Amino acid sequence: MNRDIMICGVGGQGTVLASRIIAASAMDEGNPVHSAETIGMAQRGGPVTSHVRIGSGAFSPLIPAGGADLLIAFEPSEAVRNLKYLKKDGFVIVNSVPVKPTSLGSSEGYDGKAEIAFIKSKRDCLTVDSEALCAPFGSSKFFNVAVLGAAAATGKLGLSADTLRAEIIKTVPERFLEKNMAAFEAGMKIGE
Amino acid sequence: MSKKYVMGNGAIALGALSAGVNLVAGYPGTPSSEIIETVAKYPHDGTYVEWSVNEKAAMEVASAAAYCGARAMVTMKQVGLNVASDPLMSLAYVGVKGGMVVVSADDPGPISSQTEQDTRRFAEFARIPVFDPSSPEEAFEMTREAFAYSEKYKTPVILRPTTRVDHAYASVDCPDSFTAGEYEGFVKDSKKWVIFPRLSYMNHAAIEKRNVEIGADFSACRFNSVSGSSKKAVVATGVSFAYASEFLKAYPDVRLIKVGTPYPLPESFLLEALAGVDEALCFEELSPYIEESLLKLIGKHKLGITVRGKLTGDVPPSGENDADSAKRIISRFLGLETDHAAEDMSGAPEPPARPPVLCAGCPHRASFYAVKRAMKGKKAYFCGDIGCYTLGNAMPLDMVDTCLCMGAGITMAQGFNHMDGEAVAISFTGDSTFFASGITGVVNAVYNAADMIVCILDNSTTAMTGHQPHPGTGRNLMSSPVEKISIEKILLAVGVKKVVTVDPLDLSAAIAAVSECALIKGVKAVIFKSPCVAIVRPNKKCAVNSEKCIGCLRCVRELGCPALSVKDGRAVIDSNLCTGCGLCARVCPADAIGGDPS
Repeated sequence: MNRDIMICGVGGQGTVLASRIIAASAMDEGNPVHSAETIGMAQRGGPVTSHVRIGSGAFSPLIPAGGADLLIAFEPSEAVRNLKYLKKDGFVIVNSVPVKPTSLGSSEGYDGKAEIAFIKSKRDCLTVDSEALCAPFGSSKFFNVAVLGAAAATGKLGLSADTLRAEIIKTVPERFLEKNMAAFEAGMKIGE
Repeated sequence: MSKKYVMGNGAIALGALSAGVNLVAGYPGTPSSEIIETVAKYPHDGTYVEWSVNEKAAMEVASAAAYCGARAMVTMKQVGLNVASDPLMSLAYVGVKGGMVVVSADDPGPISSQTEQDTRRFAEFARIPVFDPSSPEEAFEMTREAFAYSEKYKTPVILRPTTRVDHAYASVDCPDSFTAGEYEGFVKDSKKWVIFPRLSYMNHAAIEKRNVEIGADFSACRFNSVSGSSKKAVVATGVSFAYASEFLKAYPDVRLIKVGTPYPLPESFLLEALAGVDEALCFEELSPYIEESLLKLIGKHKLGITVRGKLTGDVPPSGENDADSAKRIISRFLGLETDHAAEDMSGAPEPPARPPVLCAGCPHRASFYAVKRAMKGKKAYFCGDIGCYTLGNAMPLDMVDTCLCMGAGITMAQGFNHMDGEAVAISFTGDSTFFASGITGVVNAVYNAADMIVCILDNSTTAMTGHQPHPGTGRNLMSSPVEKISIEKILLAVGVKKVVTVDPLDLSAAIAAVSECALIKGVKAVIFKSPCVAIVRPNKKCAVNSEKCIGCLRCVRELGCPALSVKDGRAVIDSNLCTGCGLCARVCPADAIGGDPS
């Protein structure tokens, strides 16, 4: 299998954990994997991306423009920013809840709706409302695992839900495990 | 043996451990920091590992190990190599007994650095060999090989990864635990280990002769390769080779030459690889290093090959390459039509700019805000430094007027004081930066009778690079606890007139401390002490009482906290981000912000 998956969002949203679980799961299913993440100053509230490249067809850590099969966007405007990486027949999973930039002028009026409409006009798309999805768990920090459930259920990830579940158990701290597993299952329901 | 999925930096660490490294030292700096963290994390027997106070210290500690015949590795980012260049330049003349690998991670872009300098040039400047990995897998192999070359030629060897190799993940095969190698120990020989002009003169000649031999050796090295046989050749290095390969997999006939050992130049390999070539495109990042090397080689051998690259404007002079620039630049060079139509983004809403900001609840925000309030209406210069707190430059705080390099905040504030005694000169230095290179600056300011305020932003960690310990934290990589070194005692000991330690989240006390120091002549210091929120993870929240909020938006306008935003003309707090630091509550004139009852 050759599959390129891009994950994007804003620093602090937990994209790195999601990409690591996808990468580890793909390896568990016997694939060679390469990946790359944004680390450093940009992590402090800046746009972040993770590139996960599954299969032997990847020569470099970064996905070329027009090369990704799946874009998992943790934020609507970040989905727009990174849409160029997606194949013409690629699929988008996007969180509809915006992260407003901190400067006063630009935080007003930005609600993510125009971004979602634009994404929908371009590609097949599943929108996920992270606030509604994560409300039972008390924090949108569980969105990174919940969205993996949604992605697994759509079939676009190319990985079995059980493999992902096993990796989540290995990866997340034990005291958060129960809520993470519940978040994954809640995501599965949305993706079905 | 097992397969381990690691970051490029992890692969370098595992490469060193599997080469039996005896000592690893370094100073944190993106993109290099995870090398030492990985060494410390994996089970190893007999390997000493430390975070040094700065890169110069690390280089010197490692040099002693190499003099003992032990294998040593020292890690840093490219600007760290500037700090360590004093020992390195001399060490290049003296040489080593045990293998010594200097990892200097370059940062094309730059993504997280002050400069786009090129360590390959530094290697040539220091006359020592350099390896340039194109992938994490190769970084693992090259690290092992670098130790072998270092011992064979008795010289330190540089490994120069770049950000995209350091932070890319791949699988490497290696043992599950490691044992450090045996070493002879230091054998006294002052003619060998004490650098003197006579020794340097003799060794310089020997080094130039040796480097020709290393170039010949490199010509047979597996890290240099050629595929395809076209008359137009692409010559690529580092991660740019990976991007070129990605594009050229559809064009296997195109000659693709990889240079994994840029200095000393593998001349005979290149002469053979370039046979029959009439035009070569150098696809590399940072400086046109290989391009200039090829031009020299072609001139020396009077070859009729046109060289294209950064010097001809075919490759951009700055910034990083990627898969898309590889496609665009190489296809133009080869005269290929590519099918890729760019995404039609007409009608797309412009994504908002998201400059990096201090985290919600970051105590640095409170420190900057307190100094700003204390200096309101006064002429003041604010000299920042390297760390998370460089982000204090962003609006609305706007509290960093200068940032140059590690430690420069203190010394530059001193310089401003001498040039403009009317203004209050204030420096901001983090705790780790203070230990790295701030202390000498304070001594310089006290000795030269400056009038200034040294602000130490002490969050008890090296936050920006991933929370490494430092001399003030009470732990190191080998044991815990260790003696905490007190910043306050150091400042008092070197003669700072007044040292006040204050919690920046206690806003009125913090403002008073700064105001008080401003009234005293000489060098004064305020230590703003509050732990990094990313470590302590406080679980408190603040909330806006929308009944009481008068919509003045002072909290939003003055603090720039990512948890604060505006909804229907009132301030709102994102409870997912809020840490309950309470700074906004102290700023609110209507007493509308309080702890969240839930």
